[in-house]
Amino acid sequence: MNQRVVITGIGIYSCIGKNLPEVLDSLYNGKSGIIYEAKRKEDGYRSALTGFVEDPDLKPFLSRRERIGMHQPAMYAFMSTKEALEMAKLDVDYLEKNETGIIFGNDSTAGAVIETIDKARKKKDNTLIGSGDIFQNMNCTVNMNLSTIYKLKGINFTLSAACASGSHSIGIAFLLIKQGLQERIVCGGAQEINSYAMGSFDGLSAFSIRESEPTKASRPFDRDRDGLIPSGGAATLILESYDSAKKRGAPILAEVIGYGFSSNGDHISNPNIDGQYRSLNMALKQAEVKTQEIDYVNAHATSTPIGDAIEAKVLGEVLGGKVPVSSTKSMTGHECWMAGASEIVYSLLMMQNNFIAPNINFENPDDESAKINIIAQTKEQNIDCFLSNSFGFGGTNSSLIVRKSPL
Amino acid sequence: MITTMDRSKIIETTKDFLSVEFEIDKNKITPESNLKETLDLDSLDYVDLVVVIEENFGFKVTGEDFKGIVTFNDFYNLVEQKLSK
Repeated sequence: MNQRVVITGIGIYSCIGKNLPEVLDSLYNGKSGIIYEAKRKEDGYRSALTGFVEDPDLKPFLSRRERIGMHQPAMYAFMSTKEALEMAKLDVDYLEKNETGIIFGNDSTAGAVIETIDKARKKKDNTLIGSGDIFQNMNCTVNMNLSTIYKLKGINFTLSAACASGSHSIGIAFLLIKQGLQERIVCGGAQEINSYAMGSFDGLSAFSIRESEPTKASRPFDRDRDGLIPSGGAATLILESYDSAKKRGAPILAEVIGYGFSSNGDHISNPNIDGQYRSLNMALKQAEVKTQEIDYVNAHATSTPIGDAIEAKVLGEVLGGKVPVSSTKSMTGHECWMAGASEIVYSLLMMQNNFIAPNINFENPDDESAKINIIAQTKEQNIDCFLSNSFGFGGTNSSLIVRKSPL
Repeated sequence: MITTMDRSKIIETTKDFLSVEFEIDKNKITPESNLKETLDLDSLDYVDLVVVIEENFGFKVTGEDFKGIVTFNDFYNLVEQKLSK
């Protein structure tokens, strides 16, 4: 079996918009979703900058029992998945009768866990914690909740791979459908936004401290970048075999044609040139595209001094200096577990609307970013094929290549 | 720990917190109505029922206690009995 794998639905709930039209508007206009959250200072944060999206009110959509096991990752993911399924023309009735899987990227439930521990410490009796906490606390919270709500009967597991979680979830779903093992899979990434989730990351002094200018603080590839900004939300993609999509009359947005992956086997937090090379080249080889066929690269670049420089070097050496590159993290901040999925959604919106979203705040290049073609202002351009990189702690790397809808 | 509460206050308090917790119409809670059916309780919901009873009345209901509860009247009797101890 060698099935073609297409995308039939996308959904997004992020700090630059709570749905696809809002996000499209922000991407086109270079609108930042970064704020200064004063409470983080009280919580001991070195940097109070963060992406922000409010918790959605799910009461109009879900029963008490369906909601009680949800904290931020599952709440956000419900919103993005609802939007993606509607686009893909899929409902519970169809999903219950036609095997559909779910592989969601997530790598923390800190907010939920701390709230539970606080209750346990106060009550000193675990039978007074309540029934929902366990389903909020486990890292597979998105999978547990969504597979139950939508009656999914196919593959069902959570993919935990740091800041490449969302990207690998798409990659693994792609491989399973390509091999004919699943007809369709709900995949994506979720990232909680709360003070508990990011304190220890802030402790590494990895975050920007440009607190006087929140919307200018995330500046990937810029010479004066000083760190990333945590963010979150959720993004969902419906991956499906081409045959299934055609049979259902579903919209075919694009085709996934390449997935490359690698592990650095090196430092736990520092990026590594060799690992990125291998991931990128594996994706290109699998996609069977020439480097000049890549019309756009959505870079992983998070606005850290070392990370962006290494990625710029690898992109320049593998793809050359002409391919347009931008990091949408300049607007969203680093959506971590969600980023690999949201950035495919952002890139698909650009592909559908013939533009490249700007790498805002790119004012001056450094030695490495000067060698690649960074798009600092919104550019009208056709995109037939794009590549998206995601790299995570522990040296996990993922590269995805997507091209315009097949006929 | 709450030590005294008359029956009308017990009924009023119960209606308030159960209608909020289980998202039901307060008027469906009558002395004769079936507690499990009215609240639409499954096995997990009993865990939450124990939590809200403890939060509102200050005592913990056990599985053994629940065995004798069919209607809300049974529940009010249990609350009176627990609070009087």
